[in-house]
Amino acid sequence: MSTVETELPEPASKIELPAHLGGGGEIPTFDVTLRVRRYNPEVSEESTWENFTMTMYGTDRVLDALHKVKWEQDGSLTFRRSCAHGVCGSDAMRINGRNRLACKTLLKDLDTSKPITVEPIKGLPVEKDLIVDMEPFFQSFREVMPFLVNRGHEPAKERLQSAEDRERFDDTTKCILCAACTSSCPVFWTDGQYFGPAAIVNAHRFIFDSRDDAGDMRLEILNDKEGVWRCRTTFNCTEACPRGIQITQAIAEVKQAILGRSI
Amino acid sequence: MQVHKYDVVIVGAGGAGMRAAIESGQRAHTAVLTKLYPTRSHTGAAQGGMCAALANVEEDNWEWHTFDTVKGGDYLVDQDAAEVMAKEAIEAVIDLEKMGLPFNRTPEGRIDQRRFGGHTRDHGKAPVRRACYAADRTGHMILQTLYQNCVKHNVEFYNEYYVLDLLTVEEEATREDGTVYLQKKTAGVVSYDLATGELHIFQAKSVILATGGAGKVFKTTSNAHTLTGDGMGIAFRKGIPLEDMEFFQFHPTGLAGLGILLSEAARGEGAILRNSEGERFMERYAPTIKDLAPRDIVARSMANEVREGRGCGPNKDYVLLDLTHLEPAHIDAKLPDITEFARTYLGVEPYTEPVPVFPTAHYAMGGVPTNITTEVLQDNDTVIPGLYAAGEVACVSVHGSNRLGTNSLLDINVFGKRAGIAAAKYALTADFVELPENPEADTVALLDHVRKSDGGEKVALIRKDLQDTMDANMQVFRTADSLNKVLADIAVFEERYSRITVQDKGKRFNLDLLEAVELGFLLELAKVMTVAALHRQESRGGHYREDFPERDDENFMKHSMAYLDSGVTVENSAESIAGIRLGTKPVVFTRYQPMVRKY
Repeated sequence: MSTVETELPEPASKIELPAHLGGGGEIPTFDVTLRVRRYNPEVSEESTWENFTMTMYGTDRVLDALHKVKWEQDGSLTFRRSCAHGVCGSDAMRINGRNRLACKTLLKDLDTSKPITVEPIKGLPVEKDLIVDMEPFFQSFREVMPFLVNRGHEPAKERLQSAEDRERFDDTTKCILCAACTSSCPVFWTDGQYFGPAAIVNAHRFIFDSRDDAGDMRLEILNDKEGVWRCRTTFNCTEACPRGIQITQAIAEVKQAILGRSI
Repeated sequence: MQVHKYDVVIVGAGGAGMRAAIESGQRAHTAVLTKLYPTRSHTGAAQGGMCAALANVEEDNWEWHTFDTVKGGDYLVDQDAAEVMAKEAIEAVIDLEKMGLPFNRTPEGRIDQRRFGGHTRDHGKAPVRRACYAADRTGHMILQTLYQNCVKHNVEFYNEYYVLDLLTVEEEATREDGTVYLQKKTAGVVSYDLATGELHIFQAKSVILATGGAGKVFKTTSNAHTLTGDGMGIAFRKGIPLEDMEFFQFHPTGLAGLGILLSEAARGEGAILRNSEGERFMERYAPTIKDLAPRDIVARSMANEVREGRGCGPNKDYVLLDLTHLEPAHIDAKLPDITEFARTYLGVEPYTEPVPVFPTAHYAMGGVPTNITTEVLQDNDTVIPGLYAAGEVACVSVHGSNRLGTNSLLDINVFGKRAGIAAAKYALTADFVELPENPEADTVALLDHVRKSDGGEKVALIRKDLQDTMDANMQVFRTADSLNKVLADIAVFEERYSRITVQDKGKRFNLDLLEAVELGFLLELAKVMTVAALHRQESRGGHYREDFPERDDENFMKHSMAYLDSGVTVENSAESIAGIRLGTKPVVFTRYQPMVRKY
């Protein structure tokens, strides 16, 4: 047994609160126009732009605006969403030309004086409106052996891992597989065979896990002509990641590991 | 119509479904049908931890964990089930670690543990460090780890397949005492492929329901938009009872106005709740464990502070979660995601400002009744061969009238695993049950109705009205009047629902159509919850009746069981509501007798 942390001092039973607490006042409203790229092959092979205008609140997100369209104006507007607070990865889309999660993008942080453009993420086949076929993306993920491989003796209890070793791959465990990174990558746009940043991030998560024994196999997979060497370090992926993962750095670390291995 | 044949069909790919799939997939021909891509499931939104008496950082044992679970559930917990869960918790955590889950570690390299509400040392003496965790994204790590292992074991997924009907057949059978009854048997499921709009029949020897909760009956909720109680709904429509539906958990710390969850781990790490006077009010309500009291008590205390005029903000309608006395480095290491939520969605900096919070609808304690092997019950004494349920959709019942924090991540792992093993074992010896004639008929009729109805009512508006009345009248405080108001409202909504119009008439990715189908489940489940709440004339755990503020063990120490029954009319049962028959089921006691629940 050990005591890992010292006891915190008891906080005060009562404190003076500053008068402004709570942000105060009415939540401002404003009008926004969404300019959405529509596509429905049941109707036409061509995609079109459609504008929707509505009144929204200062705390609303792009997802709220899309819901307002779907629920009040046009039920056929189609997009994926689930958790609505940036952890499930369903609603990555291209908002004003940048890949973001609709549920994590507050309208007030965008320029609402102009229409806000909303398009599906690029590089994956569009199915309907903002929905793309995610299968090629998940196929690349599955190909990097995204699971722990341990060939050693199985202990009865947990395997030990130092806090430092655990920290080594912490950043890449945050991935929610939303595809914002991969579909922001110019290499992926022109070459759908490229594994793409998300798959490499998930390989990194295991390559640098001290408990894992299959790092060499993953490095071999990523040493492929469609692997890490296609990365041209444009940092689009890092900028697009809604989880703040240092993706370009993770890719660089995988490249280093491949080079280190072959020496 | 495509017909598929599998030994085991698992409905849902959250924690329970995928944990089951890892077991079942290695033993029998298994398919997982899921309305979302697996990694979108709401298990991924769970934050704080998963309790198990590993005793890695201080003395602990599974019996204390069992006691806390039973007391936390205000003694409505089936104690045999709680024992199973607390005992198997240890293995469940070790299983996840071996699958690769990146738990936070102690300086010795063991899995680290922290405090959580209602989890105590030696039967309530003091908070204990029992929750195993990965920062404040434990659910995310569990979901990812389980999906990774499903990939490893080549589990077959049918993504974006909505299961809209459970196929059962009924046969006459005789009980030991000679009485004749109708025995249900499992034949499979009917599902709707979102991409094409086609129906697919899945014939299966075993079906596992793992569809999660129904939080979208409420407006302010931590639940995803997709948590519409589909699994509970299809079971109920097939005559399977729903147990303890009046018990819904309101998590104390939702971001005010938004409902987004801020983990109890914040309070486990030392954060405290304050009212408009700056007072740490939980000292008055739970003098021993204060802010780490179970969720029902904290949520009610918060609502009471607001009611008595000590709420904060311009409308005095929330309280504050104060982390400002914690070191920023500690917050970053242990609570990175939830502090990010406060910054992103409310523009509040938790290092220096307290965060506005208010209770948010979080978790259904009730659900499809099962035994500890996860077999679904058609009545108190009869299991349905081949039908299993695990996770939030199920009621086993380990949570009783109030679930302790972290016990849901535990529930999905322990009972998901049990379901996978049991379903595969059954399928390996059982024969397929012949599909009923026109197995898709009910689903076709349901979809045709929704598609063709053109009365002009909007799905979203009915849903909003339902959520508004549920928030106003079925939340932390309830009375007969408020509950009757909900039921009167639902009767109106049901009539409006018969006159909806769905605008999208296409076949591809028609989510407009499916939102209408989901609303049907929400209306039905809201009604069951409210009827059960009306009949439970006592206060226990998450169910608080202002007109009956005491726990009444003499009359209500029993589970409620709600059955769909068209024979129940308003005329023949004043106490009942048309279409629903309420029964009871005894609570299982092993070692703990009910005591007054104080913290």
